[in-house]
Amino acid sequence: MRLDRMARELLLAEIVSGMALTIRAFFKPKATLNYPFEKNPISPRFKGEHALRRYPNGEERCIACKLCEAVCPAQAITIEAEPRDDGSRRTTRYDIDMTKCIYCGLCEEACPVDAIVEGPNFEFATETREELLYNKAKLLANGDRWEPELAKRLELDAPYR
Amino acid sequence: MMAFFNSDLGIVILTLLKSLALIVPLLIGVAYLTYAERKVMGAIQLRKGPNVVGPFGLAQPFADALKMMFKETIIPAGSDRVLFIMAPMITFGLAVIAWAVIPVNDGWAIANINVGILYLLAISSLGVYGIIIAGWASNSKYAFLGALRSAAQMVSYEVSMGFVIVTVLICVGSLNLNDIVMAQQHIWFAIPLFPMFVIFFISGLAETNRAPFDLAEGDTEIVAGFFVEYSAMSFALFFLGEYANMILISATTTVLFLGGWLSPLPFAPFTWVPGVFWFLIKLFACLFVFIWVRATLPRYRYDQLMTLGWKVFLPISLGYLVLVAGVLEVFGWLPNV
Repeated sequence: MRLDRMARELLLAEIVSGMALTIRAFFKPKATLNYPFEKNPISPRFKGEHALRRYPNGEERCIACKLCEAVCPAQAITIEAEPRDDGSRRTTRYDIDMTKCIYCGLCEEACPVDAIVEGPNFEFATETREELLYNKAKLLANGDRWEPELAKRLELDAPYR
Repeated sequence: MMAFFNSDLGIVILTLLKSLALIVPLLIGVAYLTYAERKVMGAIQLRKGPNVVGPFGLAQPFADALKMMFKETIIPAGSDRVLFIMAPMITFGLAVIAWAVIPVNDGWAIANINVGILYLLAISSLGVYGIIIAGWASNSKYAFLGALRSAAQMVSYEVSMGFVIVTVLICVGSLNLNDIVMAQQHIWFAIPLFPMFVIFFISGLAETNRAPFDLAEGDTEIVAGFFVEYSAMSFALFFLGEYANMILISATTTVLFLGGWLSPLPFAPFTWVPGVFWFLIKLFACLFVFIWVRATLPRYRYDQLMTLGWKVFLPISLGYLVLVAGVLEVFGWLPNV
């Protein structure tokens, strides 16, 4: 057995088989995704940038119940609310500190009216920190921008909620 | 015109022109070797490698060079400034100087001296100085450890490399690189001296501090080894020196074992192709194996490296040398000197 092992070592058997393995990999199709030009498909449950949605008639969904604020483990959400002129309860302030957010999705789960959601967008890097302190206007704008995809997402994920 | 090129000044100018004609393609080759390495390693690791700068990423080496040039050269406070600056120059200079004797085609060496192989050995031994000086002048423990490792490694492998070269020399009967290639007209030395060929190539890996013998760099243990403290162009010179050395070792392997510029089969369609082409093909094949090995094998432990050098390669090469010498003597095949 010792002789057998010695012969294998002298003939570089292990090294040759290793080299054969790597040269096979050399000709295999590559797994690289050419990122900014190609993107991976995203699950409907993907938890990306937040958005505040509206009803089809343009009325904002959020009723300022503050469940999201209460459930948020990172305490990234700040809500202030008072009755509007027509008597309905709405937020006057809805801030999310995206630098605190851990993208757990609990706000989305807590929301009784599907107002706050996490969308499919993950490319919202900014050059300053201040730009990541989202206010209500920014979140509503996000909602308007991503609404078709947000609705699709909710619909696809509905059976599992 | 011919008279001018035979005068002293003419010879100097002609040699300068020849050197330029060799060094410019060599430097471009070095630049593209870094690119080839990244591409080949990428392919082996199922990646694409650089593909953004220019078509297929072909402008990547120049982008890297520009980046290096615009960076700041940091000289550590405790370092020996003169030596610190000199070390990369020595390494790179030696890697280029050795090319003077490499015959790219029949008689195309800049200096066709009759002790070409000794010159190559001498220059490659001097390569240790650049590394030792870099490690010492940096005044850093990692750099120093890397330099010590590298020096010990290069010295150890030079011994068995020397025996391999002696084996080739007794088959040729000349130290001239041109003669060595011409002696392989009937059969390349890689075939009868196959074990020596393998030992020479592996020693070449150790000599150039390439994986799996890159203990001098040893990223995981000593950060980057002898060039930890280097930055910008002084680092680039080390980097280029390493790749120029790779090309040099490949060229030496080609000349000693793969028949230099000779065509693989000595008849019509092959002999029409110019010798430079065959030389380059063989060179590229060697370089590909260099990169291939790097992508395959993990780094050796230091004691394994020394064991391999002194306890495996040295006895085998010495034994094979004696065997070859004995066979040549007994059958009367010794070349006429």
